[in-house]
Amino acid sequence: MSVVNDTVDWFADSSHWSGDDGVPHRLVQHLGYTSLTVLIAAAIAIPIGLWIGHTGRLRGLAVVSSGALRALPTLGVLTYASLFTGIGIKAAIFTLVLLAIPPLLAGAYAGLESVDRQTIDAARAVGMTEWQILTKVEVPLALPLIIGGVRSATLQVVATATVAAYVPGPGGLGRYLIDGLALSDYPRVVAGSVVVIVLALALDGMFVLLQRLALRNRPAAVRTTA
Amino acid sequence: MRWFENNTDKVVDLLLSHVWLSVVPIVLGFVIAVPIGWYANRHPRVRGVLLTMAGVLYTVPSLALFLILPSIIGTGFLDPLNVVVALTMYAVAIMARSASDAFGSVSPGVLDAATAAGFAPAGRAFQVELPLAGPVLVAGLRVVAVSTVSLVSVGALTGVNNLGSLFTEGYRTDNDAEILVGVIGIVALALVFDGLIVLAGRLLLPWSRSSRSTTRSPVSPIMSFAQHLRGGRV
Repeated sequence: MSVVNDTVDWFADSSHWSGDDGVPHRLVQHLGYTSLTVLIAAAIAIPIGLWIGHTGRLRGLAVVSSGALRALPTLGVLTYASLFTGIGIKAAIFTLVLLAIPPLLAGAYAGLESVDRQTIDAARAVGMTEWQILTKVEVPLALPLIIGGVRSATLQVVATATVAAYVPGPGGLGRYLIDGLALSDYPRVVAGSVVVIVLALALDGMFVLLQRLALRNRPAAVRTTA
Repeated sequence: MRWFENNTDKVVDLLLSHVWLSVVPIVLGFVIAVPIGWYANRHPRVRGVLLTMAGVLYTVPSLALFLILPSIIGTGFLDPLNVVVALTMYAVAIMARSASDAFGSVSPGVLDAATAAGFAPAGRAFQVELPLAGPVLVAGLRVVAVSTVSLVSVGALTGVNNLGSLFTEGYRTDNDAEILVGVIGIVALALVFDGLIVLAGRLLLPWSRSSRSTTRSPVSPIMSFAQHLRGGRV
């Protein structure tokens, strides 16, 4: 298993831990793209998802359009967008935002739909405004599912940001995989893949903890209506 | 679309490899995951461990998995087998959860009735549990099919030819029509697979047509996804 040994050597080489092509810099870039993308997508998708979940309007449209978006091949959207935006990270960010929207939207409206109707009726009966019902009842109860949407979107973006390195311009950890393949430098390819996988698992673990926290801290309304 | 008219043969070749690279993981994934899901449903402790493992596996980004498999299974870096094995692993990861939910949806009363009517355990599993779990299994398979067809295209980055090769080639040669043909081909293929699974479900499970959301147009994959999120929260 010489590839494994070579990969261990790759990690042991201190030149791979500093400079623009070093692991720390690539990791920070990757996290930067990921958080920027998820923030933009969340700013678009979560308000729309909450509105759909709260009012029940346009639900069919949201379900169909997010289903269609999920069937879109990421690499195709990325290369297509890149031909029009030129070299740079614009096409990558655009593609990543587009892909992050469906899980965020689904998490937000499925979260609100999971809230017991009786709880909402009770909130309305005690005189809460629609805004209060949304912010004080529905969102806190739906929070674990909304975070679940952010979790799926984040992991999707981490994976796709790796693929996005195919287009020259974006840095991030995908550079190791794409450049390594182009140069047949397989230790670099495997080392890059290991870092990407560890990053994805670490982020997923973080979201599991966040979801548990949200679940533990949510109001006891579910129990009192049952 | 003149590019398409001049390159129909090439597109058809790539389409056929795309079909193979998707069908094998979808079928293998289903065949492997259904017994796992059945077993997991009967053993809650095993279920927790299996579903956690499936969740972790599903978290691994596809390109990284394609490229780390050669070190584990001893294939070459550009071997199509990497894509097939990786996509089968994802298919098992998604489908095992669906299968476990599917068998969990069968009413215990019906199972007791089947035992009372004289079904042996194996007969009961195949003749009673499997058909009753069918609608939920179909819903899970649809999610697997759509995501597999789309993921195959990432394999083009590792030199495995399929419709995704139109993206890499189209990008290199600055040909947006070629990329568009690839996107349309992949989405159309996903819809065809989805339609075939729905059709097979209706033929094999005629009673499920009147039941709720499981056999409605392309809407239910996203509903299953919402259920996936819900199930995945703990």
